[in-house]
Amino acid sequence: MTDIPAKAVTPSASSGSVLLTLMKLRTFIALIAVLIFFSIAAPNFLSTANLILMSKHVALNAFLAMGMTFVIITGGIDLSVGSIVGLCGMVAGYLVLNGIDLQIGYTIYFNVLEIALITLAVGILIGAVNGLLITRLNVAPFIATLGVLYVARGLALLSSDGRTFPNLVGKPELGTTGFGFLGAGRLLGLPVAIWILIVVALGAAYLAKYTPLGRHIFAVGGNERASRISGVRVNMVKMFVYMFSGFCAAIVGLIISSELMASHPATGESFELNAIAAAVLGGTSMSGGRGTIGGTIVGAFVIGILSDGLVMMGVSSFWQMVIKGLVIIVAVVVDQAQRRLQSRVTLMQMAKAG
Amino acid sequence: MSAAREREIILKLEDVSKVYSGTVAVKRANFEVRKGSVNVLVGENGAGKSTLMKIIAGVERPTAGRILLEGEEVSFSSSGDAVNRGIGMVFQELNLFGNMSVAENIFATREITNRFGKIDRKEQENRAAELLERLQAGIRPDMLVEDLRIGQQQLVEIAKAVSLDARILIMDEPTSALSAAEVEILFKVIADLKARGVAIVYISHRLEELIRIGDYITVLRDGRITGQEEMKNVDTQWIVRQMIGSDAKDFAKADGHLPGEEIFRAEEICLPRATGGLAVDHVSLSLRAGEILGIYGLMGAGRSELFDCIMGRHGHSTGAIFIGGIKVKERDTTRRIRRGLALIPEDRQREGLVSILSVASNLTLASLSRFARLYHIHGADERQAVTQMVRELAIKVADPAQEVSSLSGGNQQKVVIGKALLTEPKVLLMDEPSRGIDVGAKADVFRTMRKLSRDGLGILFATSDLDEVMALSDRIAVMSNGKLTGMFDRAEATEAALVAASALGHGPAPHTENTAHD
Repeated sequence: MTDIPAKAVTPSASSGSVLLTLMKLRTFIALIAVLIFFSIAAPNFLSTANLILMSKHVALNAFLAMGMTFVIITGGIDLSVGSIVGLCGMVAGYLVLNGIDLQIGYTIYFNVLEIALITLAVGILIGAVNGLLITRLNVAPFIATLGVLYVARGLALLSSDGRTFPNLVGKPELGTTGFGFLGAGRLLGLPVAIWILIVVALGAAYLAKYTPLGRHIFAVGGNERASRISGVRVNMVKMFVYMFSGFCAAIVGLIISSELMASHPATGESFELNAIAAAVLGGTSMSGGRGTIGGTIVGAFVIGILSDGLVMMGVSSFWQMVIKGLVIIVAVVVDQAQRRLQSRVTLMQMAKAG
Repeated sequence: MSAAREREIILKLEDVSKVYSGTVAVKRANFEVRKGSVNVLVGENGAGKSTLMKIIAGVERPTAGRILLEGEEVSFSSSGDAVNRGIGMVFQELNLFGNMSVAENIFATREITNRFGKIDRKEQENRAAELLERLQAGIRPDMLVEDLRIGQQQLVEIAKAVSLDARILIMDEPTSALSAAEVEILFKVIADLKARGVAIVYISHRLEELIRIGDYITVLRDGRITGQEEMKNVDTQWIVRQMIGSDAKDFAKADGHLPGEEIFRAEEICLPRATGGLAVDHVSLSLRAGEILGIYGLMGAGRSELFDCIMGRHGHSTGAIFIGGIKVKERDTTRRIRRGLALIPEDRQREGLVSILSVASNLTLASLSRFARLYHIHGADERQAVTQMVRELAIKVADPAQEVSSLSGGNQQKVVIGKALLTEPKVLLMDEPSRGIDVGAKADVFRTMRKLSRDGLGILFATSDLDEVMALSDRIAVMSNGKLTGMFDRAEATEAALVAASALGHGPAPHTENTAHD
């Protein structure tokens, strides 16, 4: 699941390389397997309505997983995304209902577009806090984002005293209506959220493949020292990935509160774990340097379809957790096996040649 | 010496090969180690000596072949296994824990404990003190290892190996950071061990040392054993012939072009050491366009640290650098590269390459902005630059999209050089550019250096190889203990003068109260 084209592997008819190809395509195979399985086992699984509903579920995790993928490729981790989702939802809800009180008798109300932009800015800002802690203060990513996880969740709860902001319909006279469009609107038959996912995913994939910044993200994860000596601005790269992750989380916060037309401060709890799982399932290596946006999206689909399909089959949610955990473990075990097999194949070829 | 009669063979390697991703380090080697004698192993950088020794010490496992210990086939799964069978090793790269005391290091993993499993610190320190006394190192057992000079650390490493009471003791370049007096003491210790029947395997590329203390000699070249003899039957010329083969070392002749204007100057570069004192001690030098300035010095002399300072890798270094007469105010690596500096680091794996990226990505890593318009990398431009670099440097690669770790050491080094050249530098800093690469690749690297200097680049290159610095440099600077201790024109430089200058800086060390190492 790296960006090395398949032609780099010398083709040979041996069983080793067939196995290798199968292993490389494992996430795809898993995706097709769950699709086939559930279309047989769960009635109505392949109905258009169900597919669209599922893809909306998947989209939420896919956004977070994309941000997480870049972070993990640089060798870091972002545990704070779930909390950012919650906090950003609260920010959006607060702005729709209350606007900003300027303390001089006036209150500014924003229209929906402005609210969305402010919310995204908040997400990016929290990402920047993560980045600054990690690059300037040398806090380990795990600890820095764990701290921010608590802080952001606490702020979300404080913003409403733990209550839900209900009924975000807005008032026409204040120009705050239309917040539901993000979560419920459709363009050309597809939900708006899916369109946003497509745009962000294409953007992220382009960034990874065709820009210096994207190349630098992989380089930093592959070898930070060598990158530094080659003139890569390692700190800027790291700032970017955490800010992008915050941006993705803010989008999810917006979509969820728009779908529900309400913001609840506990929204997004444990979302970070699903995002990590999707990234890892899609071939992102936790030790950095390897991963693709495409793989991560497929990984998000496998996890999403698995949980929705199991729900439709009526499997207990406790069993769902067990199954999800097993799938993740198997994915990583296969990933490691592939690495070993691949290096053995290359070593054998070299020993023969040299 | 006592090597007159044939000594009993204690360890034998049969057809041993070792393949790493990217290199075949040892090819079907047969090697014998004899009791009560010094078995010398010699070969150029990257010939496979260290790998062969790591196989014997159980650090690496051979890809193929057998190891016979006293006639019985053995296979070590860890260095602990080898130690249990009586094989100890002094590693070339120091394997010490800087955050622990000397005594704790010496007894690491073999801690002396009392009945309840508590470490007996007193006993450890007493025994360590005895060992250190034999080495006359002037090191107290309770000192922290990170506070010691490199040479003293090497002595601790030796003490640790001696404390194993091994039957076979491997010493991989034990003298690389030792002063002449310390070397004498080490030789006494070796003679003492020999008399007790210990088989010593001794690796070095200081020929005079080998001839003095060796009983048997084995020569390695490019992973193959090319000669095995009793020391009394051989002379320096034989060794050199076996080491470099029939064709003499290809250093690429100077073409007699004259250096131009001054292109680079460093003034009063200083870098404080974490343990006090200066790692780089007021170094000033100047370099002209088209000139190759060699910096000779032993391990720990401060050459790499000087390069790091010039590249802006240490925020706390002081001093000034000038390119083309203009002071470089930028302090970070990124902008210094843009000003025309480029570094080829000593440690290819750790600092030179991103091993999981492709050859092409590695080549263009430092110069991506050249191929990008408005954040879009122009694939065609990039591919063209990669193809051109691959051809110019004769990098042997089937497809530049291949992972760089699948290349041999020499080709990997060429990729690092190519990466630096793509930034279009004015001044190239090369730290041990020939370390760990095969003879052919070395010749290519040297030829490239000549060509670049002809094109008007200023090249600063650091090395601990005397032949190399003598053959390639227009001028030679010598560093020792962080100081610049000599500057010679090519014409007036002699090996003796260089060696003498490389020991000068080891006056009384500024940060230790004793001067026993002098």
